Amino acid sequence: MKKNIYSNPYLAGVGLGIVMLLAFTIIGTGLGASGAMMRTVVAVEKVVSQEHVDNNFYLAKYGGGDKNPLDFWLIFAILGTFAGGLISGALSGRLKKETNKGPRISIKKRWVFAFIGGALFGIGTKLARGCTSSVALCGGATLDLGSWIIMLCIFAGAYMTAYFVRKLWI
Amino acid sequence: MFAPISIMTDMSKEMVLLIYFFIGIGFGFFLERGGLGNSKVMALQFYFRNMTVFKVMFTAIITGMTGLILLNAVGWLDLGSIYMNKSFLWPGIVGGLVMGVGFAVGGYCPGTSIVGLSTLKMDALFYILGSLFGMFIFGETVPYFEKFFKSGLMADNGTITIQKYFGMSSGLVAFIVIIIALLGFWGSEKVEKYFRDKETKNEIV
Repeated sequence: MKKNIYSNPYLAGVGLGIVMLLAFTIIGTGLGASGAMMRTVVAVEKVVSQEHVDNNFYLAKYGGGDKNPLDFWLIFAILGTFAGGLISGALSGRLKKETNKGPRISIKKRWVFAFIGGALFGIGTKLARGCTSSVALCGGATLDLGSWIIMLCIFAGAYMTAYFVRKLWI
Repeated sequence: MFAPISIMTDMSKEMVLLIYFFIGIGFGFFLERGGLGNSKVMALQFYFRNMTVFKVMFTAIITGMTGLILLNAVGWLDLGSIYMNKSFLWPGIVGGLVMGVGFAVGGYCPGTSIVGLSTLKMDALFYILGSLFGMFIFGETVPYFEKFFKSGLMADNGTITIQKYFGMSSGLVAFIVIIIALLGFWGSEKVEKYFRDKETKNEIV
């Protein structure tokens, strides 16, 4: 028997769907993770140079003038996401310091590629104005056409890349 | 009509933030439950070895979608007042493809990397640092390609639903999505079994 320590994926999916539905019905927006990250970046840039943030149309949208980029609900949602992951992991005894990777790659190399992958995803998600949570999940559930196109592109990009980076995972 | 509740009742800002914290908890909790806080589980999706990402994602989508349509149909929720990001076709396509490359290389997406970090996955930490770096690069360079970034707006008000674009009813679109998801689940189970059997065979030989 293959040991499967995680819950049934379909049950987890129903749980996620209900959480998403709560967000829609209580607040009237979806969820997102990348927005909070971008706001963190702008908050740091703002400390370094307010003028620099004001002179960039994109950064100014988050932190121009008196705007505090961290004073936004996405920040609270992402803090909650961290707490939720921690609770679930703790309940199931999965809080263990480790690095997940394929058998043919060293831990250090995995970290380097995690950084590179993160950087690419970070650029892509800002270009497309949303990540897997906001676009694929929430945009998917609201049947938003633009979101479905982006979701398909995410999967297409990943499947096209998978063969070339197979040493990282299998 | 009583939802979105925050709009209908003038909820205080602090209350909204608190609710978002709890909604975030639910989000992180079920992502972790499902195994999406583990980059190996995520990445094996792209080698058809582990279809968890697809299963969790599409169960969530059809659950949320069905709920929204039912609440709208009984008149409890005003679908029109749900906020959606504006859709810009060209940066959406390029951004989506770049995200896909990052997904296959990094093994996470932003939300799941937060969950990974919460359960002490060190690769998630490096992924998050990379994401912040990528977003910094984007923010610094976007003024140079502002025109492309704002190209291909998909509707006058920014967003358009599948049913509106194709002139179908939302029920029909939802039905098609559910059928595709169910076929996908069936295929997922088949392909996972195929690789499991192959592995056991290799172990015997």
